[in-house]
Amino acid sequence: MAGLRPGLTLADARARVPELETFDADPHADHEWLERLADGCARYTPTVALLPPDALLLDIAGCTHAFEGERFLAADVEGRMLRRGVLARHAFGDTPEIAHALARYAGAPAPDERGAVKRLPVAALGLDADDTAALVQAGLKTVGDVMARPLSGLAARFGEAAATAVRRLAGDAKAPVVARRVAVPVVVERRFAEPIASTDFAMQAIADLATEACDALEKRREGGRRWEVKLFRADGHVQRLRIETARPTRDVPALMRLLAERIEGLADPLDPGFGYDLVRLGVVLAERLDASQLQLEGGATKEGDVGALVDRLSTRLGRDRVRRFAARDSHIPEQAELMLPASAAPTPAPAWPATDPGEPPLRPIYLFDPPQPIESIAADTPDGPPARFRWRRTDHDVARVEGPERIAGEWWRRHDVPAPTRDYFRVEDHRGRRYWIFRHGLYAETQNPRWYVHGLFA
Amino acid sequence: MSDSPPSIAMLRLLAAGAGTPQADPRPAGAWRDGGLPRAQLHEVYAAEAEDAAAATGFAAALVLAAGALPLLWVRVEKDEAAAGRLHATGLIELGLSPDALVLVVVADEAMALRVAADAARCAGLGTLVLETRGAARGLDLTTTRRLMLAAEASGVTVLSIRVGAEPSASAAASRWRVAACPSAALAANAPGLPAFAVECLRRRGGPAGERRLVEWNRDARCFEEPGAAPALAGAGVSLAPGRAAALDPPAPVRRAG
Repeated sequence: MAGLRPGLTLADARARVPELETFDADPHADHEWLERLADGCARYTPTVALLPPDALLLDIAGCTHAFEGERFLAADVEGRMLRRGVLARHAFGDTPEIAHALARYAGAPAPDERGAVKRLPVAALGLDADDTAALVQAGLKTVGDVMARPLSGLAARFGEAAATAVRRLAGDAKAPVVARRVAVPVVVERRFAEPIASTDFAMQAIADLATEACDALEKRREGGRRWEVKLFRADGHVQRLRIETARPTRDVPALMRLLAERIEGLADPLDPGFGYDLVRLGVVLAERLDASQLQLEGGATKEGDVGALVDRLSTRLGRDRVRRFAARDSHIPEQAELMLPASAAPTPAPAWPATDPGEPPLRPIYLFDPPQPIESIAADTPDGPPARFRWRRTDHDVARVEGPERIAGEWWRRHDVPAPTRDYFRVEDHRGRRYWIFRHGLYAETQNPRWYVHGLFA
Repeated sequence: MSDSPPSIAMLRLLAAGAGTPQADPRPAGAWRDGGLPRAQLHEVYAAEAEDAAAATGFAAALVLAAGALPLLWVRVEKDEAAAGRLHATGLIELGLSPDALVLVVVADEAMALRVAADAARCAGLGTLVLETRGAARGLDLTTTRRLMLAAEASGVTVLSIRVGAEPSASAAASRWRVAACPSAALAANAPGLPAFAVECLRRRGGPAGERRLVEWNRDARCFEEPGAAPALAGAGVSLAPGRAAALDPPAPVRRAG
């Protein structure tokens, strides 16, 4: 677009291109897009790093054998990006910084990499705007100019970071590359000479891959807990399917069942589109699993396994919907327990409180979160037990009551605003319904404390 | 959700009127010590919406009396906020260890029924509890019959807790109506052990109509007569004091459905 450049005001831009379409900046969406592109680049190299907001770093050392050379690899990247409507600029470099600087800042043409770096503008050092402007004002226009000066002077004037930036561009220092992918324990993949457009065939390929992966895991005496299937479509789209099991497993049919559940639960059905040209199965999390004896009677016992049911339900409904309880060290009732995904690995938790024989239940079976306000209450004495209360538009005459059980806030957590003390009462109304109600605050603490129903007893 | 051929065969048998699954051979009051017969579908209705906690507590106590663990509990998400979350400490106080419980919170009732149909086939489970609120149209004769067949095949006891619903035709082996009941007061007029007013609305192959006030003894894992008889104790009187007895005539010996 003629005349448009980053940093232009909207009014200016509209004046130059009246038919301009504008959108609000959405950095999160941009980042997500960059992540998707990075995932797509996993076809070239396992080490892909994100350089937000708009750069990807591919470590292609030793990864070019599938192409005829790095130029062809780069052409393939750019071609694929272009097909997605992304204008990409690439550069090669001995170190990540050199490649990044060369790709981002076009300098004058140069015969070799070192020369090209020297001709880059000083902005390529990646210093902040003030320092860059100061360098330019000092007459240092290119990276080469800066390199020609002694580093000690630069460090004294602009700080250690500037000196490091220069050394990095000179290739003397190297920053670690934070790759986006953690290395997965087992990854198997199948490339297809011709993209396959049949989902059934893709599933068959996944089943084969799962068998391969399970064999590999068996050799390492491991079982997979988290699995990820990636279907690379010929047009660059990557469909990811993740499944998780409560226990490490090497059971291929069970995995395929889980995968089928996952596909059934997808918001958009699996769409092969132009076909998949690469299917990859990774075991993202593996845990120790020793060899088990084969079951002579076949898989019948598997069906009856609660763990398998939990896996199936977690896969179909989402792992957060299938829960188990875990105790927590807190005397605040609503914080004394946690809901954890049932498929998550058990973590050491405090023991559950013990009960005293002969005691009635002191805690309700239903707990309201948040507590439900009581509409009005009558008590014989202001800080005494309630005699009547009105809740959910029904009056309750209190027939039996026990309390108060005083539960103070966790004063060690917040010093500025102490949470009001709660006085809990176990009450039974004249019809035999039992409630757990509390007064939020002592009369010494608040003027007009509110009452809440916090739970229901059986 | 396809039915396996054996259950279809079972359905055909049922349709033909033959092969009716066995009735509970135990005497009528056996549930107080041993819980309800396993491998069947039972329904527990809350007499009124406010008796939900009583119905749930009674159901949990039945599970414990039968010792049918582990337990998978299916709830609908909207009930978590409106009716309260299950409270593990409270379940412990009834005698149920949270470690034996898996809670499934689903988005809607249809999904709850799907999950229940799946879980009822899992022989590793002791009990499946399905908690629904409101009319729950999905729990019709067909669905309950499926659940019953799945329970019979797998040995899982299925308990369907119904709150805010009128008893309707179903294939359940037994149907109970539960209301809260004043407890036997402890010292200083403190509320006592959980007490329930239960009425058996239906029992397959046996007499229904049993009405009883029971108290749950967590330590002995059984239901007992309430310790000190409360004011309206005694089987046969209208149990829920606020509810007009005329609205609910004594149940006939056996209700069809």
